[in-house]
Amino acid sequence: MSAAPLLSVRDLRVVFDSRRGALTALDGVSFDIMPGEILGVVGESGAGKSLTGTAVIGLLDPPGRIAGGSIHFDGKRIDNLPPAEMRDLRGRQIGAIFQDPLTSLHPLLTVGDQLVETILTHLPMSSADARGRAIQLLSDVGIPSPEVRIDQYPHQFSGGMRQRVVIALALCAGPRLVIADEPTTALDVSIQAQITTLLKRLCREHGTAVMLVTHDMGVIAETVDRVAVMYAGRIVEIGPVEGVIRRPRHPYTAGLMASIPSVHLRRPLLKQIDGTMPRLNAIPSGCAFNPRCEFASDDCRRQTPSLASQTLHAVACHHPLAEVEHV
Amino acid sequence: MSDGVALTVTNASCHFDVSASWLSRLATGGARRVVRAVDDVSFEIKRGTTFSIVGESGCGKSTIAKMISGLQPPTAGSITFNSIQRADGSVGPPRVQMIFQDPYASLNPRWRCGDIIGEPIRELKLMADEAAIAQRIGDLLETVGLARGDAQRYPHEFSGGQRQRISIARALATVADFLVCDEPTSALDVSVQAQILNLMTKLQQQFGLTYLFISHNLAVVRHISDELAIMYLGRIIESGPAERLFSAPRHPYTKLLLETIPDVEQPNRDRRPMSGEVPSPIAPPVGCHFNPRCSVAMDKCRSIYPETESIDGVTVACHRARDTAPVDAVG
Repeated sequence: MSAAPLLSVRDLRVVFDSRRGALTALDGVSFDIMPGEILGVVGESGAGKSLTGTAVIGLLDPPGRIAGGSIHFDGKRIDNLPPAEMRDLRGRQIGAIFQDPLTSLHPLLTVGDQLVETILTHLPMSSADARGRAIQLLSDVGIPSPEVRIDQYPHQFSGGMRQRVVIALALCAGPRLVIADEPTTALDVSIQAQITTLLKRLCREHGTAVMLVTHDMGVIAETVDRVAVMYAGRIVEIGPVEGVIRRPRHPYTAGLMASIPSVHLRRPLLKQIDGTMPRLNAIPSGCAFNPRCEFASDDCRRQTPSLASQTLHAVACHHPLAEVEHV
Repeated sequence: MSDGVALTVTNASCHFDVSASWLSRLATGGARRVVRAVDDVSFEIKRGTTFSIVGESGCGKSTIAKMISGLQPPTAGSITFNSIQRADGSVGPPRVQMIFQDPYASLNPRWRCGDIIGEPIRELKLMADEAAIAQRIGDLLETVGLARGDAQRYPHEFSGGQRQRISIARALATVADFLVCDEPTSALDVSVQAQILNLMTKLQQQFGLTYLFISHNLAVVRHISDELAIMYLGRIIESGPAERLFSAPRHPYTKLLLETIPDVEQPNRDRRPMSGEVPSPIAPPVGCHFNPRCSVAMDKCRSIYPETESIDGVTVACHRARDTAPVDAVG
């Protein structure tokens, strides 16, 4: 881990201006992604995981805006780039894969048209070469007989095949970082496994770094190198996936892990975290998790814990769990 | 009251005719096209237990849910509810209610939560007295873990998990004893999913409810089911007690399904992702529908659909079921 990080996010703060004042959706989010590394970002709906990805690729929609912090890509600050430069970077250096493969493809263009257009936008190539590259990409992502499939329309592909096309689109210009936002959520389990295996293989082969946003702990455990757990707009725990999943130190992570039904063991009742994640306009003072936390003390209600990081496995909690095997 | 069996489904099928109009068929010479959404399915559900149906999209699990709740008549075969003795002593067929997948779409946004829960009571004329109805609505809200005062609020004021609790309260309002739950937790976050599953377990113990649980999430199914059936392209390919299916699956599809679940506890174990995708139910492969994706398929599998046979308390439809010893797929 001596190399410089490919992506470095520091104290990122995203707010939404509303008539009733600014809502802070992301607060003090910091993390790094190394070249070729897969970082998982996990959390429940509304935790801010997709928003983090959107902020990194500069696609925040108003009224959302970056209100503080910085994002560096390959040593260069990108959060304040003019839109034209950001557009240039996005697609060529940073690719994106979205959740719904049906709506991320243009229904009236063949997949070949879409791939070739993207390649020509970013790479200096002739149309014929671009088509050759598109066929190569389709074959890379495991689409059988790509010479035939390239002239077909998205509706002629199944869900899993469409997601492969979306991945091929993201890889068109050979990006160094791919932001994958819930890439397997809309797919069946058997297809899900194919897609995560594909993502891992492509990263290994091309040395692409991936930020994988998902709510599925199983996908995280199988796919990523490191994982960041988000709660109410903050990272509460970050570290190597083995450590975070097997020895979670934040009570929220531990509760989240325990609430997942297991295929191996049947318990009469699941361990549950009572309550729900707070809304953005009602985030409790101190640690945002304190109303749902069994270990909460006065400190937790007064002071927001910071992501203390002496080691690789960092946790933002006043009373972190001991480093013992929980699962 | 045949030894506590609440529901018997015998050779039920549901075929949809999706042919073009007769005129276009005449012009193009096209044949009739029939989707065999559910094909010759048989199972029994014992009262007070949870029976789950698992499968990938398009395998017919939701069509079964619709057939059982009477929203979709079967095109062949029969679905019979048997008389059961209820907790209050009355005898009769189980009252069936549904819980739907999407808690955002299944509640009327313009109705207060109390009206939503009260509608089945008023509609079925279970109670006449408005004060008694209000009392009952309050009791139901408390049963599912909400507050009495929530009756005055609108659906948009609730989170996804709370809305699913309202759906459950609405289903219980008719004193239902058979709930058809079509993916009730798949739209929810894991921590909320745990709350709803725990609630369903508690209600089952409290009221002796019978659940038909439809899901694609095997871990959830393992957690909640007593018995389960695995479907592939409209047919049940393996069914039996949940413990046995999970510990010793016999059908190659069941084995592969168990192998492909992303696993928190044993990540990156040596697994082979299933190749290929589910074929179209309009033109299922000849013979066993699973043969193009099956690693142990033989010639017979490509020509004859296997008979369903019973082995060690598990029914399975596979030509190789007896040759291949059940492997311990999930360790």
